[in-house]
Formats: sequence, structure tokens, C-alpha cells
Amino acid sequence: MSDSTAIAHGEHEAEAHEAHPAFLRHHFENVEQQADAAGFAMWLFLLTEVMFFGGLFTAYLIYRNWYYPAFVSASHQLSIPLGAFNTLLLITSSFTMAMGVWCAETRKKSGLVLCLVLTFILGLGFLGIKTIEYSEKIEKHHVPGFHYNLSSFLDPDSDAAARAAGDKPLPLDMARHTEVYFSLYFAMTGMHALHMIIGIAILAYMIYRAQAGAYTAGHVTFVENFGLYWHFVDIIWIFLFPLLYLISRHS
Amino acid sequence: MTDQKEMEAASHHVVSPMIYVVILIALLVGTALTVGASYINLGIFNPIIALAIACTKAILVVLFFMHVKYSSKLTKLTVFCGIFTFLTLIGMTLADYISRAWGQW
Repeated sequence: MSDSTAIAHGEHEAEAHEAHPAFLRHHFENVEQQADAAGFAMWLFLLTEVMFFGGLFTAYLIYRNWYYPAFVSASHQLSIPLGAFNTLLLITSSFTMAMGVWCAETRKKSGLVLCLVLTFILGLGFLGIKTIEYSEKIEKHHVPGFHYNLSSFLDPDSDAAARAAGDKPLPLDMARHTEVYFSLYFAMTGMHALHMIIGIAILAYMIYRAQAGAYTAGHVTFVENFGLYWHFVDIIWIFLFPLLYLISRHS
Repeated sequence: MTDQKEMEAASHHVVSPMIYVVILIALLVGTALTVGASYINLGIFNPIIALAIACTKAILVVLFFMHVKYSSKLTKLTVFCGIFTFLTLIGMTLADYISRAWGQW
């Protein structure tokens, strides 16, 4: 019995070896199992990212309840048109990335390169607008630290954005808590932007490799898993935008 | 061997571009709605509506852009477990903060 199974196994291996594609690693049964394992691992990584950003979101929710007037006044300093335009850029980049995965799966090389380049440009556009927003905060001394300036919150009439939102002057102790809002704002958008920068660097590498036809010969795992990462970064922004920019507009 | 190859090809679902276009439009409409809703004073419902729209958009991205709708049961279970654990952690943390000073206000 053991002889016959050994022979059968040997035959199976010989057959499998000559037939399998070059990118199939030997510790996997078949291409499907390899792709499933890679996708599973990518999702486990993304779940650690969910927990990481989740901690920041939880901190934001709790501090917003504690220092509500400070969070309302501080959020009025953000520009909704800029945030909305950035949401538009990021959602479109998610779409071009999804189309890129489709191009890789259907083996369209020039389509894949085009989609990756568009995703790259849209990602850079997002970071460009983020830079404009950050520079506004730096100019107004709304970056937490020694040079933090409370005048927008103690005397709202001196600040165009605060005046437009109809802010009431905050007492000094509450005004000081706007620094907590901006700490969380820079931590959350900054970590998000760092993820974007890493993504854009990987995109540049993928554009280079895609031009050589790397992902359009049947092995799409890298593009697919990068797509998962890019969509995850999009989802974080989908929650950051309403929580930071929108929900306190009328409070 | 050919049977197995056909099986592999069939099990890897390629999502059609039409679905991506529909999801893109849904996401853009959702963004317009959430921005529009923020300009109307709805009191307590402003954050509730904003978060409901954000959750809907996130679910669309996960199901279609991230292919979870067409993925294996293992992937579906992994995603569900992760989100469930996250919601449990955030729920218990917030419950603690809400109930810490219970009856002392």
C-alpha cells in the first residue's frame, strides 16, 4: 500500500513540476492557494493598521466629548472645500487603482501603466493640497508647541475663519484645549499622509516594473495586494474627513 | 491537469469595470451628500448622518474595490473578525468613559 501511494505521489509531483508556472512557490499546492495565502496575509496586516488608526479615532472621540467647545472652534479652522476636493482626489485614485488591478488581471500592459500613473498623480495631488493646508496652520501658529497661538479662539473676531463660523470667545482654559484638537489633527492626518507617501513610493516602483511587463503575465499578487493597501488608506480618509472637518460645523 | 487549471481560472473572480464605475459614482454622490448635509443644521443628527454615510462608503470600498464580496470564506471571516474586534474594543472603551462617573453628575 505504501509503495503504491509513493509511486502515485511521485508521478503527481513530476507532473505538477513540469506544468506549474514559474511564479508558483513550491510550498503551495497551486496558484489559487498561493494567491489566497498572500491575500489572507495582506488582510491580517491591514487589520493591525485598523487597530492602529482605531486607537487614534477613539482618542479623538473621547477628547471631543471632554473638550467639546475647544474641538468645535478648532475644527472651524479647517477648510471644507479643500477637504472635499482631497476626498474627490483620493476616491478617484482608488477607482484608478481598482482599474489597474483589472488591467493586470486581464493582461493589459499599457492600461495597467496608465492606471498606475494616474493613481500616482492623484496621490501626489492629495499630498499637495495637504501641504497647502499644513502651511496655513503653520502660518497661523496652530501647530501644537511653544509657538502655539490662542488668539483665534480667545478673540474670534481677529480671525477670518472663526468670524465666518460665528465662534464665541472661549475662556482661556478651554481655548488651551484647542491644542489637543490640533495634536490629534496632525497625528491622524500626518500618519495618513505617511501612508500615502509610502504608497506613492511603491507606486513609482510598480510603474517601473509594469513597463517591463512584470504584472501582466499572470502573476498579479503584488498589484492586487498593493490595491488593498491603497483602498485601505482611502477608507481611513473617508472617516477622517467627516470627523475632522464636517461634524462640528454647526455646533 | 486541465481540469484543475480551469477550476483555478473560474475561482479567481475578475470584477468587471462597470461595477467599479458604479461604485465610483456612488462614492462621489456619498461625498457630495455628506458635505451638503454638513451645511444644514441638524443638531445631534449632523455627526450621525456623517458617520452613517462614511460607513456606507467604507463598506462599498471593502466589498467591491477590495473584492471581499468575491473572496474566499477565509478572507470574509478575517475581515469580519477584525472589524468586530475593533468595534468591541472601541465600544468597551467608550462605555467605560460614559459610565465612569455614573450617578455623580
